[in-house]
Amino acid sequence: MEKPLTEYITPGSPPLSLNEYRKAGGYKGVDKALKTMAPAEVTEMIKTSNLMGRGGAGFLTGLKWSFVPMDEKDKPKYLICNADEMEPGTFKDRYLLEGNPHQLIAGMIVAAYAIQAETAYIFLRWAYKKAEKTIQKAISEAYKAGYLGKNILNTGFNLDIHLHTSAGRYICGEESALTNSLEGKRAIPRAKPPFPAISGLFGRPTVVNNVETLSWIAHITNKGTEWFKNLSISGTGGTKLYGVSGRVKNPGLWELPLGTTIREILDVHAGGMAEGYKFRGLLPGGASTDFLIEDHLDVQMDFKTVAAVGSRMGTGTMIILDDKTCPVAFVRNLENFFALESCGWCTPCREGLPWIEKILGAIEEGRGKMEYLDTLKFQTKYLAPGHTFCAHAPGAAEPLQSGLKYFYDDFVRHINEHKCPWR
Amino acid sequence: MLTEEELNEIREEVKMYPIPSAACISALKIVQEHRKWVSDDAIKDIAEELGMSNEEVDGVATFYSRIYRKPVGDNVILICDGISCMIMGYESIYEQVKEKLGIGFGETTADNRFTLLPISCLGDCDHAPSMMVNNDHYNELTKEKVMDILSKYK
Ligand SMILES: Cc1cc2nc3c(=O)[nH]c(=O)nc-3n(C[C@H](O)[C@H](O)[C@H](O)COP(=O)(O)O)c2cc1C
Ligand code: SF4
Repeated sequence: MEKPLTEYITPGSPPLSLNEYRKAGGYKGVDKALKTMAPAEVTEMIKTSNLMGRGGAGFLTGLKWSFVPMDEKDKPKYLICNADEMEPGTFKDRYLLEGNPHQLIAGMIVAAYAIQAETAYIFLRWAYKKAEKTIQKAISEAYKAGYLGKNILNTGFNLDIHLHTSAGRYICGEESALTNSLEGKRAIPRAKPPFPAISGLFGRPTVVNNVETLSWIAHITNKGTEWFKNLSISGTGGTKLYGVSGRVKNPGLWELPLGTTIREILDVHAGGMAEGYKFRGLLPGGASTDFLIEDHLDVQMDFKTVAAVGSRMGTGTMIILDDKTCPVAFVRNLENFFALESCGWCTPCREGLPWIEKILGAIEEGRGKMEYLDTLKFQTKYLAPGHTFCAHAPGAAEPLQSGLKYFYDDFVRHINEHKCPWR
Repeated sequence: MLTEEELNEIREEVKMYPIPSAACISALKIVQEHRKWVSDDAIKDIAEELGMSNEEVDGVATFYSRIYRKPVGDNVILICDGISCMIMGYESIYEQVKEKLGIGFGETTADNRFTLLPISCLGDCDHAPSMMVNNDHYNELTKEKVMDILSKYK
């Protein structure tokens, strides 16, 4: 089984240097794109490959790039690598950043070439101190080798990549909030339209892509779209970094064909539940995805298949709910997070989330009433898509609405017994 | 007043962007790196350097959770209370630290050695429970391990 994204990553060892990665063929896709393909051909190729964004929403990468205006007068344009990764339970981009920063840089060069951006930023989560060093080193190696700077590989293409380390706040990961943050402002999402492809960073055409998405680009230009499509089981294209955290025998991260079943990831790779713990449910792709339960274990982890059972693949890093963890406490923890991290712009999010957290707290502590459950349901309605400027609020609603659906009896038990049965 | 060193570092960051004010967050981080926190005076100095109003800079400073607008101790402990760490029992780690240092979240020890803060997810979820002390990550914490770690910070 091919594992293109993690092939050269050895946990505990430093990442490959530029020369080592180049010898391994890692920069071939850059040479090929810049020397033999027109920018529009690169975009077309990524479109044909069907690469879907790995930041959580699964938007088609080639399609996103195709919205960028391509006239000379449209410059300057920007490429942004979203390395904020603050979704609770998510740790996949860190692995790629620490393990193989040149793979990302190679991908960014090709992506910037495709949209003809001459400046790119990597927006890095503040906590990733090790990644900060590996990226910085890789960038300076790339400048020395002539892969960054002016007239790259004598093709006339120029590109600077800058590293920006963040100062916290989950909302920075939302692409338009991230853009404001890069401009030195509060990270408040922007109203859309205009979309970033038309007016993004400093009001210029901008593409924002996730680390894992960008890490694919030079592989695809090097090895082709058929190769990419054949990597997946489900036909969507590519492999995926899947992760598992919680009470399993072997929590971790694995690169597997896109479309691997949840059961295989849990039982084979994560080794099943830890001794003394039983499975009750899981969030398939981070805090802002709907719960799935036992009935869904044979579902393939892919954008369409997970959506078909009422959740989202999200970041592909699962969080497991076991029988010794209180589901109400679990959901309360998440809603507390979402309430704290709301940027405060929209009423349902700013006011609704703290209200939800208070109600969940009351229920967990045995002070709940049955009518509180109706209030929670009513709240999820206003957090739903269409009522707020960004997807933070809908994301917050997902574990709550599905938690109420699948663990309703546990909520009711708290109310009837006037205490948390898990305490 | 910003020191020569701070100014040089800030001006280096400004080069990354088409407008100086874009380096605002970096400037706040630089000052905090040198002084542990960002005072009202520092806000004014940064505003002047970047051509912004004091209120703009303060608005930015107060938005970001990793910029401290109040003094903190010599070492900052960030205990992860994110979902994966909750499942894996961060609460017992917190209780242990609380008991040994005599401070809760948001507080600083009387000798100014530690400030204790919660943090939601450090991206170490497969090795939970986790915490950071200053810039160092610590994983798979146990009650015993956590006190050993803290003894390393003077
Ligand atoms: C509240 C919120 C937080 C987000 N955080 C991240 C993040 O940390 N990393 C990321 O790549 N995308 C994040 N996203 C998604 C981005 O807005 C954007 O869709 C993504 O970076 C696009 O990259 P892709 O097309 O390569 O997936 C977040 C979205 C929301 C609403
Ligand atoms: S939904 Fe929440 S986080 Fe998003 S813009 Fe509105 S208030 Fe801000």
